[in-house]
Amino acid sequence: MPSGVSDRGKGGRGLTSPPFMLTLSRRRALWAYAFIFLPLLLFAFFRVYPLFQAFHLAFIRWHADPGQRTFVGLDNFRRLFGDPRFLQALRNMGLYMVLAVPGQVILGLALALVLNALPRGRGFFRAIYFLPYITPAVAISWAWSFMLSPHLGVVNRVLRWIGLPAQPFLTSPAQALPTVAAIVVWQYIGFHIVLFLAALANIPKELYEAARIDGASAWASFRYVTLPLINPTLVLSVVMATGSPTIGILQLFTQVLNLRFYDPGGPLGSTATVVIYMYQVGFKRFELGYASAIAVLLFIIIAVITLIQYKLTARRID
Amino acid sequence: MLSKLGVKILGLCFVLTLVGLSLAAEPVTIVYWQYEYATKVKAIDELIKRFEAENPDIKVIQETFPYEAFAEKVAAAVPAGVGPHVVTLYYGWLPAWQRAGYLQPLPEEWFPAQEIESEFAPLVQAAKMNGQYWGLPTGVRTLALFYNIDLFEQNGIAKPPETWDELIDIAKKLTIWQDGTLVRAGFGMAPDGQDHHLVREVLIRQFGGTPYSEDYHQVLYNTPEGVRALKFYTDLALVHKIGEPDFPFPGVSGYYREGFNAGLIAMIVDGSFAIGTIKNGAKFRWGVAELPRLTPDGERHNFASFWMHALTPRAQGAELEAACKFIKFITSPEAMELWLQMVGELPARLSLLSRPELLNDPIYGPFLRALPYSHATFFVDEARQRQIMIDAILRVIRAGVSPEASLATAAAEEQAVLDAFWGKR
Repeated sequence: MPSGVSDRGKGGRGLTSPPFMLTLSRRRALWAYAFIFLPLLLFAFFRVYPLFQAFHLAFIRWHADPGQRTFVGLDNFRRLFGDPRFLQALRNMGLYMVLAVPGQVILGLALALVLNALPRGRGFFRAIYFLPYITPAVAISWAWSFMLSPHLGVVNRVLRWIGLPAQPFLTSPAQALPTVAAIVVWQYIGFHIVLFLAALANIPKELYEAARIDGASAWASFRYVTLPLINPTLVLSVVMATGSPTIGILQLFTQVLNLRFYDPGGPLGSTATVVIYMYQVGFKRFELGYASAIAVLLFIIIAVITLIQYKLTARRID
Repeated sequence: MLSKLGVKILGLCFVLTLVGLSLAAEPVTIVYWQYEYATKVKAIDELIKRFEAENPDIKVIQETFPYEAFAEKVAAAVPAGVGPHVVTLYYGWLPAWQRAGYLQPLPEEWFPAQEIESEFAPLVQAAKMNGQYWGLPTGVRTLALFYNIDLFEQNGIAKPPETWDELIDIAKKLTIWQDGTLVRAGFGMAPDGQDHHLVREVLIRQFGGTPYSEDYHQVLYNTPEGVRALKFYTDLALVHKIGEPDFPFPGVSGYYREGFNAGLIAMIVDGSFAIGTIKNGAKFRWGVAELPRLTPDGERHNFASFWMHALTPRAQGAELEAACKFIKFITSPEAMELWLQMVGELPARLSLLSRPELLNDPIYGPFLRALPYSHATFFVDEARQRQIMIDAILRVIRAGVSPEASLATAAAEEQAVLDAFWGKR
């Protein structure tokens, strides 16, 4: 038996390293905990605590004086399901998701594949596509509101110039939602392109070469090499496009508020989102208990949809 | 000789007296909140200066926030006890704010109801709930017709319309369509601007209807008169084609007003609060006329509104007294004179409303003359009720629903809102 082992067994290590001295790995771990403690504290205070507050408020009738807040049980939730404006916003949310999530992810991936194949100028195009993402949503909304004006907007001028009929866009209850969804796709597609470009860059070229030698078509290479290897990014892209606070379509707010400044969510509620309605209930009508019930339900919806998406899209890479 | 204890007691008394004196000299500080509107902020700054000169024991701090963020700030600050002592709110928000406990009534000893009702314009009674006043305005606003004098003259039109038929005729002359595109609207239609008021309080009444029961518990506009009023308004776009909602760009605050300033719209219905923006924005001669009526001798009606200064629960004790003094000051005749000059809103006190120089003023006159026949809708849920009337109009214009069906839907929706509110109380 090597002497070192027997030394440790007899407590010899204790002589050179007293009990209060930590191993290197433990020290590293402690440092890591110390570094994440402060952000965790801030996260708990600014994110987790308000979340629990929202859960609490969802069960009360709001009053500015805490002493006069009354517990109403599930009343706020019951009210939600009989509220036609909320149900319309919920339906709209489903439509937005069906249009904007595949729009962002599929188009983002397609454009990333095209850009990835460019021998030159990839950075330039990536920057061009990324620009709308870093432009304030308010400015984007105003600009599109001008461009999509049925009478004076440049989009209809172009349509007429190429011989197509002018469209009402944001002024039509039938077209407004797809128009808003298109604007959102246009604004956030750069984010997805950047994600996919980074994922594509990480795929070893040898895999494509091996596939080519095996006689795989371009589609087969994409299906059996690219898609499985970018799967984690694909999952991230889908989840972000659906429910993230920044670009998630289920939390759509700023664009809808500013595309029709005096009638946000219109015309006829056709573009209203759950977050817009929550804002109106909370801050126009000061019904913060009811608004919190909407927030809680939205939280649950996003959590469930995200889980389903994860189950459906996440694949183990072999 | 004083004992040691006596010296100590004397010393303590001396210190306490000094502390008491210093506390007494400390002015009471109150915080006043309003939304950011340059002329209003300047006017309040000036009023605070004068108020503090008269009341050296009170200090007033004005804090302002962008309009979009104003209600959010109030919603968060008041429950935390750190918000304003005096807050300015649109009168239509009163029921929601009062129900949620964001306001306290004006004390009767400072603001006797009888005095308010004899000295202020009757529409100020919209600030009364449960027999108590919850705020008072400095200025009030009515609607009028703004028109582009240069365009009128270029097209041989001598004077603004007296009747709605005249308005349609003039607007037709001034409207330009090119290849199916509206290039210039004779009349700026803004259901989400002031036109939902125009339909509710002006047209429905002019067509012989009544929008609500006197106690505002019942919606009464779902009648043939109401339908005719809604049809008349929506026909401006659908039949006469003199304007369109959302023209020129719906994404801009005050889009129809900006369209008027840009010369893209010849006439708009807007409030007296728009005078400043149009003064600064329009690069042509413009005028103001009283709202048209159905016939030259037909009934006149108008919609009036106001922002009012109210007390939050934060104002208690000496701060409540200081806040009451401040509200009294900023709703005094002197303050209203200054408000008219600096902001352009009409005085809320009857004594100032009958002055001939104001009544005959070419800009303020039409607004002022409208006050006696104005109605301030008592909104129980302004955001919802506003939306319901906007949708009633847009359903006809944008979704092809008949005015009868659209108004019936609106009446049912709004009655549900009223029932929910009055039922709760």
